Amino acid sequence: MSGVLELLAAISLVLGGALTFIAALGVLRMPDVYIRMHASTKAGTLGVLLIALALVLMGADAGVVSKAIAVFAFVLLTAPIGAHLIARAAWRGGQRPWQWRPRTDTDVEPSGRP
Amino acid sequence: MIIETELTGLMASAVNLAALFLVGAFVMAAVRLIIGPTLPDRVVALDLLTMLVVAFLTLFALATGVGAYLDAALALALVGFLATIAFARFVDLTPEQNPGERR
Repeated sequence: MSGVLELLAAISLVLGGALTFIAALGVLRMPDVYIRMHASTKAGTLGVLLIALALVLMGADAGVVSKAIAVFAFVLLTAPIGAHLIARAAWRGGQRPWQWRPRTDTDVEPSGRP
Repeated sequence: MIIETELTGLMASAVNLAALFLVGAFVMAAVRLIIGPTLPDRVVALDLLTMLVVAFLTLFALATGVGAYLDAALALALVGFLATIAFARFVDLTPEQNPGERR
């Protein structure tokens, strides 16, 4: 039984690490601030969830498990609010969402700036 | 080996693989934090960095078996949220933003 739990914990650890990696990749490579925060908020939250889930699966005592659940609950509650606030501030600051357009020779970097 | 761990076998490899992913994520988020180009981009990168540190502390608590790292992760999840809110307010209240301009 503990072998199964260990296998599940290992899988969720690797998946969580990969998801946080994808989140950071999105933040680095995506073209504008709204798409970047979409990558970081969703994939990052799920990455933290999976790593905390591994700790819950391997958890020895109730204190560790409850703290891991609390960590995840806080991240789950606060990440959307933070992303919403930054998006609102960026919108008010004059940034407009990026739209795809065919590349021309004069394009240096695609951007959604007005 | 990225993290010295008490775990053996499958879990040790999984912890090290996850730590490798997280280190790569740190590097990419830090690059975005440095190159910007606008203030909201940097705030998003800082938010992601906080989340990455929370994930890394949780991973470290699992790898070493020291529960105090989990307390640190819990505190950082809350403080990081406050920092994000403060930065968002700062971006909101900064008059006449010129996107792309270096700050």
